[in-house]
Amino acid sequence: MTRITIGPFNRVEGDLEVRLDVEEGHVVRAEVTAPLYRGFEQILAGRPPLDALVLAPRICGICSVSQSVAAAAALRDAMGCEAAPNGLLATNIAHAAENAADHLTHFYLFFMPDFARETYSAHDWYGATSERFAAVRGNAAREALPARTRLLETMGIIAGKWPHSLAFQPGGTTRAIDLGERVRLLSIATAFRSFLERVVFADSLENVLAIATAEELDRWRDGRSGDFSWFLRLADSLRLADLGRGPGLLMSYGAYHGMNGELFPRGIFAPRATVEPLPLAQITEDVSHAWMRESSADPAYSTTVPDPDKAQAYSWCKAPRLSGQPIEVGAIARQTIAGQALVADLVSASGSNVRNRVIARLIETACIALAMEQWIKALRLSEPFCVNSRDIADGAHVGLVEAARGSLGHWVAVRGGKIERYQIIAPTTWNFSPRDSLDVGGPLEQALVGTDVGEAGPRAVAIQHIVRSFDPCMVCTAH
Amino acid sequence: MTRSDGMTNVLWLQGASCGGCTMSILESGASGWFDELRQFGINLLWHPSVSEQTGEEVVEVLEAVLDGEVPLDLLLLEGSIARGPNHTGRFNMLAGTDRSVYRWMVDLAPRADYVVAVGSCAAYGGVPAAGSNPTDAVGLQFEGSDAGGALGAGFRSRLGLPVINVAGCAPHPGWMMETLLALMSKDLSATELDAYGRPKFIANHLAHHGCSRNEFYEFKASAESMSERGCLMEHLGCKATQAVGDCNQRSWNGGGSCTKGGYACIACTSPGFEGAQNFLETAKLAGIPVGLPTDMPKAWFVALAALSKSATPRRVRLNATSDHVVVPPGRSGGKRSP
Repeated sequence: MTRITIGPFNRVEGDLEVRLDVEEGHVVRAEVTAPLYRGFEQILAGRPPLDALVLAPRICGICSVSQSVAAAAALRDAMGCEAAPNGLLATNIAHAAENAADHLTHFYLFFMPDFARETYSAHDWYGATSERFAAVRGNAAREALPARTRLLETMGIIAGKWPHSLAFQPGGTTRAIDLGERVRLLSIATAFRSFLERVVFADSLENVLAIATAEELDRWRDGRSGDFSWFLRLADSLRLADLGRGPGLLMSYGAYHGMNGELFPRGIFAPRATVEPLPLAQITEDVSHAWMRESSADPAYSTTVPDPDKAQAYSWCKAPRLSGQPIEVGAIARQTIAGQALVADLVSASGSNVRNRVIARLIETACIALAMEQWIKALRLSEPFCVNSRDIADGAHVGLVEAARGSLGHWVAVRGGKIERYQIIAPTTWNFSPRDSLDVGGPLEQALVGTDVGEAGPRAVAIQHIVRSFDPCMVCTAH
Repeated sequence: MTRSDGMTNVLWLQGASCGGCTMSILESGASGWFDELRQFGINLLWHPSVSEQTGEEVVEVLEAVLDGEVPLDLLLLEGSIARGPNHTGRFNMLAGTDRSVYRWMVDLAPRADYVVAVGSCAAYGGVPAAGSNPTDAVGLQFEGSDAGGALGAGFRSRLGLPVINVAGCAPHPGWMMETLLALMSKDLSATELDAYGRPKFIANHLAHHGCSRNEFYEFKASAESMSERGCLMEHLGCKATQAVGDCNQRSWNGGGSCTKGGYACIACTSPGFEGAQNFLETAKLAGIPVGLPTDMPKAWFVALAALSKSATPRRVRLNATSDHVVVPPGRSGGKRSP
């Protein structure tokens, strides 16, 4: 058996180290390390609760709005108030813009460049793929980056700037939108739709979302241009559906809260089972392999205190579990639980894997591009965007949202008008968790086992595909 | 240092970072940031978010720089240097290298013609240094507003400059690109930096300059709660009259800024900004904001404020505490006078 270490692992948000035990060219055990700890939960303790709106978003530059929205939701719970309906809509519009921008960034900047690696030079698709998707020099970024920039102009109207905005408050958003601005928002959403329809899908979003089965997808993509079809052909050529199978359980906290529930519902999904309600009280964190001191397993009561010399530990990341089990989160979980026809069909056939994760992300991008248009039109311009309330009750409160990469929860305990404890479980905390006390690995650790690394060892590109298919955000992971 | 290919080598590393500065600079350039880099002859030796090289390939790049085989024109760090625990840097290891980012930066910095701290974390410590500063986070050459930091107050890069601090959380993409390009054209000398290492073309302005709420400021017509249109200084914590930056003279994300967005400037370009509490409330003594413009006698400010409040037009007063315009500009009645 040989042990190989891979790091710095880039084109993930932040840094990552992966250690693999390899026997006869196959991974038999994987350990995933989050190598950065900054101590946000320690920094937040003792502060006025509303300071969380300034500090918590700064955990992450790529999903800063998600962190804001989770903090605002936890504080709204603490205030016992409702947000202004316009504030919820404006939050959803900005949050959708961030999530869609993240999906684009992942696809074009983080994930696809691996197919332009020299190792694939013998494939007939290599030349064109390298020209289009190679890191930094590929021509796809020349279209994708300006499209992302334009989409993020949503933030200039709703949130002042991105990343790191204070526009997302417990009672709504801080800026009323007027008619001219609504039109500008619509024009941004329309430009984004046009980019998706022209460059990503080469078809209308409605047609894309009408694809309901794997067979229909095969027919649809036959002879079609566009980067999504391009990826589907690579996925077939390299059998990406056989790569990086997740643990099976999927979870979503529910995404884009409105006055009438969520756009994508909350729930859990187990293979060969139906979608079920989420037993929130069954969320725990295990620190047996984290450089952290023992604390309550319940995030509402746990604290975060580093223990850098702890034996057996190998990550700054705690190991969250639902009913004692590791669980995968992300677009594939959200869309499966939402019953999106194509994603549900793919997952029922082959589970969660490299191909299906990427498909789910792009299909979700199409869904939220359409939803953005509806939310923009639904704003009632003469009504308030923010309800003000400042009374924060002592007690334990929680804010749960879906970031681009999956389920994000903020648990805040308030006492005497100050934050007593703050606990955050981010999407990649779930996906890239270390082992728990039963020696059960996290979703990525499980997904890597069995991978054929052949002669390439640490340079095996299959490892790159698997890791990046989760769209990890390592800066959120251990925070 | 001249390159045979005429390209400028840039190495970008991340320390105790959120990655937000990278997310911001990716908004730069009409045909995308990569095209912009190409146009200016910038060769990204490696960037954690966008480069192809990973694992061993990255270590080869870094070692080639350390060995002097590859010349390094610009070394950029995003994120603070986590020196803890006990000066080991273990809170922030560069994966796969068994070495901390702290150690890598100390070794790499003397190799670079210029060293740039991208964002307030790399410059001064920033948000990770807040509160109890659990990781002993500092900036490259400052610890808050004290000179020192990871590289020490005396550090100078190969071309004799201290660390150039592009402060901000996150900085405007233009601040980062303009600093890089000004360094490349040798236009950014030590005299072009302020006392905290910030380029003066940014730091000679206040965030307040160009604020769209200026009329409310002039009349001290103040917003009282979030989402109202009035000035944010008197009640809602705005520090724009004290914080440097041409924030309100630029457009953020196509037209925004913090104060346009309806919330206070938290002085994110200032060393130690993270140490404040109650960011969205103005600290007051005897009803007077503690943080007044720094170069104006307090008594004058109070007197002028009282005068302007008494002269506030009804339109300005009513709009200040409303989230929509309730009284549009125009005459309050009567005919045009001859």
